[in-house]
Amino acid sequence: MQNTLPIKMEIQELSVFYKSFRALNKVTMPVYEHKVTAIIGPSGCGKSTLLRSLNRMTDLVPGALIEGKVLLDGEDIYDPKKDVVDVRRRVGMVFQHPNPFPMSIYDNVAFGPRLYGLKKRAFLDELVEKSLRSAALWDEVKDKLHQSGMALSGGQQQRLCIARAIAIEPEVILMDEPASALDPVATLRIEELIFQLKERFSIVIVTHNMQQAARVSDYTTFLLMNEERAGELIEFNVTTTLFTRPKDKRTEDYITGRFG
Amino acid sequence: MQEGLFAQVNLPKVYRRRRLTNNFMLGLTGIALFLAIVPLIWIIVYVLIKGGHYINLDFFIHLPRPMGTQGGGVLHAIEGSFIMVIIASIFAIPPALLAAFYLVTYPNTLLSDTVRFSTDLLAGVPSIVIGLFGYAVIVVPQKHYSALAGGVVLALIMLPVVIRSAEEMLKLVPSELREGALALGAPEWKTALKVMLPAAAEGVLTGIMLSVARAAGETAPLLFTALGNDNFEIGRFIHYGIASHQSVINIIGQILSQPADALPLTLWKYAQQPYPERVKQAWAVALVLMLFVLTLNITARVWLAKRKSRIRR
Repeated sequence: MQNTLPIKMEIQELSVFYKSFRALNKVTMPVYEHKVTAIIGPSGCGKSTLLRSLNRMTDLVPGALIEGKVLLDGEDIYDPKKDVVDVRRRVGMVFQHPNPFPMSIYDNVAFGPRLYGLKKRAFLDELVEKSLRSAALWDEVKDKLHQSGMALSGGQQQRLCIARAIAIEPEVILMDEPASALDPVATLRIEELIFQLKERFSIVIVTHNMQQAARVSDYTTFLLMNEERAGELIEFNVTTTLFTRPKDKRTEDYITGRFG
Repeated sequence: MQEGLFAQVNLPKVYRRRRLTNNFMLGLTGIALFLAIVPLIWIIVYVLIKGGHYINLDFFIHLPRPMGTQGGGVLHAIEGSFIMVIIASIFAIPPALLAAFYLVTYPNTLLSDTVRFSTDLLAGVPSIVIGLFGYAVIVVPQKHYSALAGGVVLALIMLPVVIRSAEEMLKLVPSELREGALALGAPEWKTALKVMLPAAAEGVLTGIMLSVARAAGETAPLLFTALGNDNFEIGRFIHYGIASHQSVINIIGQILSQPADALPLTLWKYAQQPYPERVKQAWAVALVLMLFVLTLNITARVWLAKRKSRIRR
């Protein structure tokens, strides 16, 4: 069944080390195109490390080392010939805490496009509107595009960050617990948004909240740390299957709330 | 009578002793606070009384008159302070900000530890030693005292203050802001300039203002470098330069190569003169200098307080 779906990214035997500490141990999983893939697991199991290795944010950690491959459309993003900027343009990211830049709403969204030389005013106006509409924020901010992005509410800020990420039309969007700092209503809006966005993007989302994973994702990966505290993939499956008929005893224990 | 756990103690007595101890300690801290504030208020009031009545417009727009005569002002010192603080800012602020960015971006490298350590050492070097350094490195080779030499030594005094305060302020910027920009594919320098610096702008500016206040109040390093100059007047050089069709760079060069005066330097010299008029002027200079430094400090700290309450989420 899932073998016939187009694969956007493929993680092969991926291990991540911080200096000598192995944070992630030989993870292999696909990211299907136009699907939402959730990564769940207890704290410290390497969820964020796995997510961040998908657009080379791990490069920012001194002493971080990668083994294995992460293929984006069949090409290894860790290939020395691969440009990290190109990887990050194609694989966008939304963070746990909303992080609008200290500039206007408009400039926040236009920040990415401008980096890649898109500077024509009329074109940017259109792109900013389109991105804000896609992030379901346009109606709330269309009259105050030139006010600070930091003056918005938490939920609005997070949707602004989503608009900023999609303004450069990435192919994959990584979300690191995008709703964990938001109230339930704002969380619901983000979840609805994820549902719309998967028509255009492939999405990988880390979440602490199993109900959220069950609600928004098509596929789910369950990670757990082994005896050496390295994260390992326990189970990857269609979300409904993983939550209703888990193959592994540990997955069952986790999703039924027996630990973690 | 009390029962159970507290049966064996006299609770009202415990409470009364606690109340007394509390009041006593509160009284002690109150006295300490009073002792800390009194000298400051004393200085301000004293200088206001001694120097206040001598302050008038002439004082700000005229050069000094010969000793023993009445009137005249301290335009030379105001302009000299102004010029030297600007030179110091130009030399100190850009490298200090770059260093601060380095310290925040790579906080734990050997180089950043070295920079931090030597910055702290530089901040601890007595300012008169920094003045001697300027004398040996700039004044002696050039064979004359100059505003430039004064500005450079003031820059050395500003440098550590700006580096450490800018580092502190940049550290307060959430790391997710930096990661957010880098995740969009932004280069590190653009992230620093367009995202980090604006996020920390008020705090960084505060540090710069504090360092300017510090530099503007220094006397000792200027003794060996700027020396002092009763006739320092920018306007004269500009008039002369324009009249003789010199280039802007030439005019600036001439101004910078003059020995210059500064408010604290003038205060120091005037205060030891035998002429009552000069001593009165010294008090007035003290007042001007104090108000300038106080204004900078208070503005900076009010900004900083606002900043700190806002930046954290």
